[in-house]
Amino acid sequence: MFNFFSLGQSFSHGVHPPHHKEQTEDLPIQRVPFVSRYVMPLGQHIGIPAQPVVKVGDVVQRGQLIAKPNGFISTALHSPVTGKITDIGMHRYVDGSFKAAIEIAADPYATQQFSVSSTQSNSNIQDLNLDEFISAVQQSGIVGMGGAAFPSHVKYSIPEEQKINDLLVNGAECEPYLTNDHRLMVERPEAVLRGCEILRQQLGAKRVAIGVEKNKPESISKLQQYLTADMPIDIVPLEVKYPQGAEKMLIKSIYNKELPAGKLPRDIGIAVNNVGTIVALADYFDQGMPLIERIVTLAGPGVEEPANLIVPIGTPIRDVLEFAGGLKEQTREVIMGGPMMGSPVADLDAPILKGTSGILAFTDAETARPREYPCIRCARCLEACPYFLNPSRLALLGKARLFEEMQEKYNVMDCVECGACTFACPSNIPIVQHIRTAKDNLRNLSAKNN
Amino acid sequence: MKNDPLKKRDPNLLLQSAPLLRQELTTPAAMKEVWIALLPATAAALWFFGLSALLILITSISGALLTEWVFTDKQKRRFALSDTSAGLTGLLIGLTLPPGLPLWMAFLGGSVSIGLGKVIWGGLGTNIFNPALLGRAFLLGTFPIAMTTWGAAGGPGEFFQLHSSNLALPFMQAQVDSMSAATPLGLMKFEQQGTALWSLFMGNTAGSIGETSALFLLLGGVYLLLRRSIDWRIPTAIFLTAAVFSFIMFLTDGDKYPSPLFTLFSGGLLLGAFFMATDPVTSPLTPKGCWIFGIGVGFLVVLIRLFGGLPEGMLYAILLMNAATPLIDRYTQPRIFGRQA
Repeated sequence: MFNFFSLGQSFSHGVHPPHHKEQTEDLPIQRVPFVSRYVMPLGQHIGIPAQPVVKVGDVVQRGQLIAKPNGFISTALHSPVTGKITDIGMHRYVDGSFKAAIEIAADPYATQQFSVSSTQSNSNIQDLNLDEFISAVQQSGIVGMGGAAFPSHVKYSIPEEQKINDLLVNGAECEPYLTNDHRLMVERPEAVLRGCEILRQQLGAKRVAIGVEKNKPESISKLQQYLTADMPIDIVPLEVKYPQGAEKMLIKSIYNKELPAGKLPRDIGIAVNNVGTIVALADYFDQGMPLIERIVTLAGPGVEEPANLIVPIGTPIRDVLEFAGGLKEQTREVIMGGPMMGSPVADLDAPILKGTSGILAFTDAETARPREYPCIRCARCLEACPYFLNPSRLALLGKARLFEEMQEKYNVMDCVECGACTFACPSNIPIVQHIRTAKDNLRNLSAKNN
Repeated sequence: MKNDPLKKRDPNLLLQSAPLLRQELTTPAAMKEVWIALLPATAAALWFFGLSALLILITSISGALLTEWVFTDKQKRRFALSDTSAGLTGLLIGLTLPPGLPLWMAFLGGSVSIGLGKVIWGGLGTNIFNPALLGRAFLLGTFPIAMTTWGAAGGPGEFFQLHSSNLALPFMQAQVDSMSAATPLGLMKFEQQGTALWSLFMGNTAGSIGETSALFLLLGGVYLLLRRSIDWRIPTAIFLTAAVFSFIMFLTDGDKYPSPLFTLFSGGLLLGAFFMATDPVTSPLTPKGCWIFGIGVGFLVVLIRLFGGLPEGMLYAILLMNAATPLIDRYTQPRIFGRQA
């Protein structure tokens, strides 16, 4: 058992935004009903977009492969619904742009029962060697469910000279408002532990650590309750601090190791996965269920009836919001993901993606910004930055568009854009926005030079 | 009928990028904390120096506000004084002035603080030197006699006893002030005469109107520390360094050199350490830099007081360290996560 009086393991710096999880933390996960239209963008993961294997007019079953991986850093897409392909073309994406996608009209008469036969999964996990496991994960379409949507099988492809000792499972959920990981750990602790064991055995890791922020005592106790003595799994309570769930912070908090800049966790023998990803793995290898649905938290002051929902991937955001009673009149902005790192939704008809952890609606009270004041060098951003960068200086240089100096003297590329500096700034300076601009420019510059 | 955002074809959603959340403190609110923290010291100034103090503060603040307003872009005037930092500078320089100073000099001091101390650099956040202290240095250099003629502290009974020199006409020779007295630091330096610690603590000694009462300055300083409005390292480093340095000197010659407590409670050390050295704009960004800055101020102030020509050294100690701040910042950049120092 853990001690309620200790803060929990942690990293240095960071900020303490109010976590606002009370809105949805006790709401059981519900399933949203099927709607009439689904849109599956081919490039909803990091890497190369998937390649369609169906054509317009084809009838597809729920869970059937509709697009195959187009290279190694790419993953499969499966139909979230039984129905008919109505279009393969450009469809509105969450940021308002158009992206290649497969549009599916749901069959209103279908039962939408999922059948294992429609997937090619080899459910006998014990017989798989690592290479077969990796290709099975690629075929399952599983990506990092914490928000980045990086194809998971790429993470498991460890170079031969390297060895994974520790599997680190991210249940920190440090973003305010989001409770999808929390509800998953509370309602399906066996699936979490089962997924940990599958992945640990495949990667040959010795121990598993599941890091959970201390504001989720129910998650921690539920996992403890289902933990048996033969599982080499530790449940580690973490201090409630943003960005506790950032990969490098989590490694520091749990193993007290600093991941060197430019290195991957596997370089120091650690594999990091989100709890959502872990459960998706368990579901795929136990039930043959590819990644066709996920848990999404609907919350924020602009949502009429906050909820934790199982949503088929590809469901238009508008339909999900309608299921939750719609938006309040004062809603000014809708965010996909968390309020600290999520992206604004430009069009409510854009679909829920594999990496969508939440849909949050905000009103005037949260979106109204006071005037931007000059930087008074108060150093609150320096105290916030978990990477020990100098955001004050970076914002000043960014405003002057001195991007090269930002990299040469202040290592701007080390920034992961967690937004802690911008949260902490009393002058309301868009620090992280200046940094994003600089990073984009530097990337373009180095691409041009090569 | 309800105006349902979902039913609109174009919901006109904002696309502000994350983070959407902000902590509550704003820059004007941070300034307000300093105003609140200066209330006890201001009250003590009025208690001990009466109407003279009130008039000096009013004129120095108006000098600062007027200058800020005049030199602000026409389009930005609506916001010019909204961050209250100009008024704060005016109050701070006012508190460092002697009670008998001609009011036109106080006005000029406030005006120079903002004009040469801040506006000329590019406004809030860009100046290298503390504006209030730069203004005071200007006055000290320009009107050395008026700036070193001190009035004795009174009480509320003498509130309306105005120093006659306050009303000197601009550019006329100041009249000789009948109420003049020496400051504790002056007595110490030139006559090796101590002052009771209790008087220093309460503030009924001669000196600049806002610097005499250690008690009321400490109240304000502790408030700022508790509210985390200032970097605790700076005052801590100043106090420790000044105390240790003056204690060593006190041990060598207890008659010639004052005790550490006298050093801390006399002159402008408390006012400077809590309210001027901690000015974020002119002090280092980095934690290590704040220590170096504070140690530098603490060392310089004792050095100037004991070995320099002037009885008080806080003004120049802070200004010198202000000048060193960009350099300190450059060499104390924190080690980035995952990188070697």
